Amino acid sequence: MESTQLFNFVTITYFVSMILFVAYLATRNAKIALGGNFFAYLGLLAHTVALGLRWYESYELLGADGRAPLSNLYESVVFFAWSIVLVYMLIDWKYKQRAIGAFVIPFAFLGMTWGQLYLSDAIDPLVPALQSNWLTYHVITCFLGYAAFAVACGVSIMYLIKAGKEEKSDGDSPAGGILSLFPSTKILDDINYKSIMIGFPLLSLGIITGAAWANYAWGTYWSWDPKETWSLIVWFIYAAFLHARFTRGWAGKRAAILSIVGFAATIFCYLGVNLVLSGLHSYGGS
Amino acid sequence: MSKKTDSPVTVMWDFFCSLKLTIVTLILLAITSIIGTVIQQGKTPQEYMQLYGEKAYRIFEKLDFFDMYHSWWFVSLLGIFAMNLICCSIKRFPRVMKIVKEPNLTPDDPFYRSLSNVDEIVAEGALDEVQAKVSKVVTENFAASVVTQDGEKVHLFSQKAAYARFGVYATHLSILVILAGAIIGVQFGYKAYVNVAEGTMVDSVWPRSGNNAIPLDFSVRCDDFTVTYYPGSNRPKDFTSDLVVLENGQEILKKTIEVNDPLTYKGITFYQSSYGPAGDPVFKFRVQERATGETIEVTGREKENIVIPGGASLVPLAFTDSFRNFGPAAQVSVNRGDQKAGTPFIVMQNYPKFDAQRGGDYIINLLEVNQKFYTGLQVAKDPGVWVVWVGCFLMVVGSMIAFFLSHRRIWVTLRPVNDKIGIMVAGNAHRNQPAFAIWFDEFKEKLKEELSR
Ligand code: HEM
Repeated sequence: MESTQLFNFVTITYFVSMILFVAYLATRNAKIALGGNFFAYLGLLAHTVALGLRWYESYELLGADGRAPLSNLYESVVFFAWSIVLVYMLIDWKYKQRAIGAFVIPFAFLGMTWGQLYLSDAIDPLVPALQSNWLTYHVITCFLGYAAFAVACGVSIMYLIKAGKEEKSDGDSPAGGILSLFPSTKILDDINYKSIMIGFPLLSLGIITGAAWANYAWGTYWSWDPKETWSLIVWFIYAAFLHARFTRGWAGKRAAILSIVGFAATIFCYLGVNLVLSGLHSYGGS
Repeated sequence: MSKKTDSPVTVMWDFFCSLKLTIVTLILLAITSIIGTVIQQGKTPQEYMQLYGEKAYRIFEKLDFFDMYHSWWFVSLLGIFAMNLICCSIKRFPRVMKIVKEPNLTPDDPFYRSLSNVDEIVAEGALDEVQAKVSKVVTENFAASVVTQDGEKVHLFSQKAAYARFGVYATHLSILVILAGAIIGVQFGYKAYVNVAEGTMVDSVWPRSGNNAIPLDFSVRCDDFTVTYYPGSNRPKDFTSDLVVLENGQEILKKTIEVNDPLTYKGITFYQSSYGPAGDPVFKFRVQERATGETIEVTGREKENIVIPGGASLVPLAFTDSFRNFGPAAQVSVNRGDQKAGTPFIVMQNYPKFDAQRGGDYIINLLEVNQKFYTGLQVAKDPGVWVVWVGCFLMVVGSMIAFFLSHRRIWVTLRPVNDKIGIMVAGNAHRNQPAFAIWFDEFKEKLKEELSR
């Protein structure tokens, strides 16, 4: 399939972008950061084309049973990676802080690598339970939300590194070396918060569309199966984050830690539930 | 802090209004929810005993870990969560209402000093002239103002997106609405299932928990059940059942349901869920005796000895819908009258020529297999589900408003000072202050520019 080759190209592009961003941190040469950005954007463009191509190929292969490329583990991780780079692009437009690339693009690269190397990219027709438009809305909203949380996690890691160094070097003097390329802790904290503020309504929508789908397929919108419960756990964690922020002024280090915990729970919800716990969700076997 | 001891009611009230409680409850809900994802819910005691041993079983049983989402302590936690939400809203709401309904129209100096976006400008000209200029800038760049005369002072007040203050309450209310919908569903609805064999009718369904059938005040008949497969594979494409709703023997409603496309009648919904064989399949074969060329058609059930020419019998042993992508096939054996059972072999419906090559005494074609199915339906009555969807909608809209919209206000006070006009201007936003500060600086520049014309 053509799209598979294109996805390989995308993976390599993200790899180059990631290397350039790391090189930027090492050399502090702004031109290299621009190169990192170039490859990230090129990758995103190719990624978008490849998603469209895979969609088209599904119609070539399955005729009328073609479908959006959003319905098995491979397709979900590919879409996840796409969303992460998309959110990175939005943040890059607004903040122009290239060092963030070194902490966000690796998530996209890891996702693509895992998908390309270890997961089956066969375009199988959908079993009856998955033949629902709700599935499409569910996957899109969930993974856009997850991507926003991934970015929040990336900047939280940066925050902890930078704030840790600044504390050690006795406060006032701004951290030197690589860390001088990091955005200020204030901006990192702000991006962390804004990303979660975007991710949270998307996650809410993801849970709601999932519930609507379950109700339409089985007549129960909520059955406390492990996947559903874990999505609710993730929702509780980020709700706690937002309330701590809005009303108790939690910011900085505590917010960064909570954001990292939230993303760990997100990843567990996405993968751990299928790999570790038994449940009904469909990605389990594939 | 007051020293007098508070009444228990006040103590309770303060407890439920506390924001610490919110954060603690959210985190407790998150942590305890994990238990039910690690321990599988709703298994039999024997299975648990095997998994965890006698002692752990007793402890888990006491703690309701096997049905924890309905346990008293989890439900209490949800109750605290709801109480917290209600109390906080009751406490805060009047204040927010006041901010929106009764804005300060005559701000004084202390009020101005309390705001972080504030500036003083001195302008030349007559009061009404300056006021017109200010009013123009405010209206063009922000919103029309309410003008209040206050002695020799003139105050202008304008605001935008005041409703943004209510986003939080809509969101919080939505959670209560969803909980209410869930309670309605549990109290007045049920989850059940029923199996209907093709060509038969049912007028009651079986609850998922409990043993007594729930009568319906209509009947449901299944005319046909079909499984279709994707071409060349064992992958099911669709399960469909042709259902008919009957009332007093009259056909009221007909629908072919499939997974993700249920039938609803009188608030009760039937979902395609499973299927299975109803009774034994009936096989139809054409059998030709090779020696004589005599050909007959016979029918029979599984394991039945079907008499065929030459004193032998044909025994259908098993049937599959899809044999290695070759379509329907039967396993059969031919038994000669005096001998033991013959070696089983496969005949395929879609390849009638195939069996001639086997070289046996008989050439056997499978003509058709008539297997009756039952369709397994999930049945749900949930009058609360619409309430839940309304709550979900409210949550999405409410949280968007709460997060992304900001109530912004601008005050301007004009006061003649000698033969000039002293102007105080201030602004406030209830969210996203940094962005507002930038906007306010630009706004001030525009105002100064206009005034210096
Ligand atoms: C979608 C979920 C939620 C969103 C978007 C949300 C949003 C907010 C926001 C923005 C505030 C700050 C109010 C302000 O600063 O003016 C707030 C406050 C608060 N929230 Fe939530 N909330 C959510 C869920 C919950 C839940 C589940 C509880 C459960 C108890 C809760 C309890 C509270 C309390 C007690 C306050 C403080 C009182 C107040 O400011 O009115 N919230 N919430």
